[in-house]
Amino acid sequence: MTTAREHLQSTWRWAVQTARLCCGVPDYDVYVAHLKEHHPEKVIPSYGEFFRERQEARYKGTGGRCC
Amino acid sequence: MNIATEKSSPAGKILWAAISIVGAWCLGVVALRRGEPINAIWVVAASIAVFMIGYRFYSRMIATKVLQLDPSRATPAVLRNDGLDYVPTDKWVVFGHHFAAIAGAGPLVGPVLAAQMGYLPGVLWILVGVIFAGAVQDFMILGLSLRRDGRSLGHMLREELGPVAGVVAMVGVLVLMMIVLAVLALVVVKALTHSPWGTFTVAATIPIALLMGIYLRYIRPGRILEVSIIGLVLLLTSIWAGAFVAGSPTWGPVFDFDARGLAWLLIAYGFCASVLPVWLLLAPRDYLSTFLKIGTIALLALAIFLAAPTLQMPAVTKFIDGTGPVFQGNLFPFLFITIACGAVSGWHSIIASGTTPKLLSNEGEARMVGYGGMLMEAFVAIMALIAAASLHPGVYFAMNSPAALVGTTVEQAATTISQWGFVVRPDELTQIAKDIGEGTVLGRAGGAPTLAVGMAQLLHNVIPGEGMLAFWYHYAILFEALFILTTVDAGTRVGRFMIQEIAGLVHPELKKTESWTGNLLATAICVGLWGYFLYQGAVDPLGGINTLWPLFGIANQMLAAIALLLATVVTVKLKRERYVLVPGIPAIWLIVCTLTAGYQKLIGPISFTAAAQKYADALAAGNMLAPAKTVAAMQQIITNNRVDMVLTAIFMLLVVTMTLFGIRAIMLAWKNNHPTTHEEPYVALASVPAATR
Repeated sequence: MTTAREHLQSTWRWAVQTARLCCGVPDYDVYVAHLKEHHPEKVIPSYGEFFRERQEARYKGTGGRCC
Repeated sequence: MNIATEKSSPAGKILWAAISIVGAWCLGVVALRRGEPINAIWVVAASIAVFMIGYRFYSRMIATKVLQLDPSRATPAVLRNDGLDYVPTDKWVVFGHHFAAIAGAGPLVGPVLAAQMGYLPGVLWILVGVIFAGAVQDFMILGLSLRRDGRSLGHMLREELGPVAGVVAMVGVLVLMMIVLAVLALVVVKALTHSPWGTFTVAATIPIALLMGIYLRYIRPGRILEVSIIGLVLLLTSIWAGAFVAGSPTWGPVFDFDARGLAWLLIAYGFCASVLPVWLLLAPRDYLSTFLKIGTIALLALAIFLAAPTLQMPAVTKFIDGTGPVFQGNLFPFLFITIACGAVSGWHSIIASGTTPKLLSNEGEARMVGYGGMLMEAFVAIMALIAAASLHPGVYFAMNSPAALVGTTVEQAATTISQWGFVVRPDELTQIAKDIGEGTVLGRAGGAPTLAVGMAQLLHNVIPGEGMLAFWYHYAILFEALFILTTVDAGTRVGRFMIQEIAGLVHPELKKTESWTGNLLATAICVGLWGYFLYQGAVDPLGGINTLWPLFGIANQMLAAIALLLATVVTVKLKRERYVLVPGIPAIWLIVCTLTAGYQKLIGPISFTAAAQKYADALAAGNMLAPAKTVAAMQQIITNNRVDMVLTAIFMLLVVTMTLFGIRAIMLAWKNNHPTTHEEPYVALASVPAATR
């Protein structure tokens, strides 16, 4: 059974994740989990570092938005 | 979610029958009731019913029969999960991301321009177009990319149609992008001409963005939500302050520019914004515009539901005969060119083969994201059309007709427009300008101001208040200008990389994106290309939009035709010839529309050729034609029209070339007795370790 509070928390998490992805920033926690699981030798970047790297990457590709 | 076993229960069947009946009834009211104005709610209800039926039945057929999506098959996100670009993501998050990426100024501007023919042609084309063309394109390209490691449209074209076809398409995309940037920048120019209030608020976004950029970089790194709220508050303050700036005898003139001045400012700004580091200006504006866009679309929907406006524009006007003032040309093919985004937009094929396919965790979800996302965009287009059609038609035509046709004073405009059958008094035009806090509403073509007035009136109905109409008007202008300028910055950067890539084929040194020489050179070329068309629009005798929007429409539909051709070729290559018409019919329709429109823009009374000839003849006879006052200006207009002529011819050549490549690929594949497509091999989702997913 999920309580109303948990519902609210998951909705908020969804909203934040969507909003960040709309700006080209994928989920940080997912990335950290991925690094720990598959690349334990790599240094885990802070959220700030991760954010900067993604910000640069967003405007390098082609397309990404519509008219 | 298992699509293959999704079957209707008896209750479900009754429900869908009911939705169909309600939809048909509403559509009947929209289409058949004549003489008395109808309420916008009929249009909204008809659209929702059509979208639901299209989604439930047609998209399901595409998913199960044409694309044969398989929920048991591992997607690129699962197979290549790197936590950054390829990440299996919740379907609703992907949906939100995809919608934010495809929704732009296009679906807001096109339907407003098309409203000159009445609301009915636009509504019908958006509904039919999205179900059978636009959403099919987005969904199928997404499906194809999903089966090909999330490859881009260009890459898929190279693989399936051949390397030459890939290069041709790449050139097409670059030219399309230059036209998109020019025409969108022109929308901003038309909205801000001699509008100190609007110009001030748009200018204020630059220091606000710089502040946000520094905050995000150094003060609170990566706190997008926080900084966006700060940005929004500052933006609203700047709208409020704009009224005082416009009213001030010292500051008002500082922000008062004519179209040429604004065009030069935008060109200079576009150059600076795309060579500066992205974190400083481009990215923060992008965040702000993304959230403002989604928020404003929601606000518009809410306002339409609450205000439930009556559509004052007739269902069909006499301008379906091609004599309309907003854009020239008959209903066929120009309606289908004018409303591009919202019904079918080629640009989406780039997004559907960009980030989105790298995020889906299950093939079955492509239907909701690809097809469903496009239905949402069509709904935005319907709302824009409602906002425009709920305006007084006299006001609509005063705003959107070029001065060459209706004159430059409210008296002349009111007389001309009343003669067209849309009775309006000069004082009504003066009053509306006063209400929205502007000097005049005349000559504001381009969709944004019309939509802003429509939105302002809707919002004003919901939240009344003294002087609020002017606030809402400038809010709507700011919101459109903000995301158009973000598109211009980001587009210039993308264009720059494309130019560097092409230049790199000749001189490898130029390809290095870190090199300042290559960077500045490519940026200058890119800005020069769209800047030329923007400036051309600013000095155009018919106000610019009238001339450039059809070019944009032709280019955008050309890309859609190419994307649908790719889908057709792959369908045949997979030996699913039975379903070849699903992408084939819209592909043929768009090829016919673009070629007919292109031909009419090349030869005949509404062509660029005829416009160039008219000015050339006048020049030879020693006369000056408005708005040119000098021989040089006359020659400029002649050159501009000849450039547009050449560009139209290039687009037509591109369409024909790609069609021939497509037909060749289809014929080869048809003869083969086994599938010949380049799909990646099947990997079962169940075989991928759960931890990776």
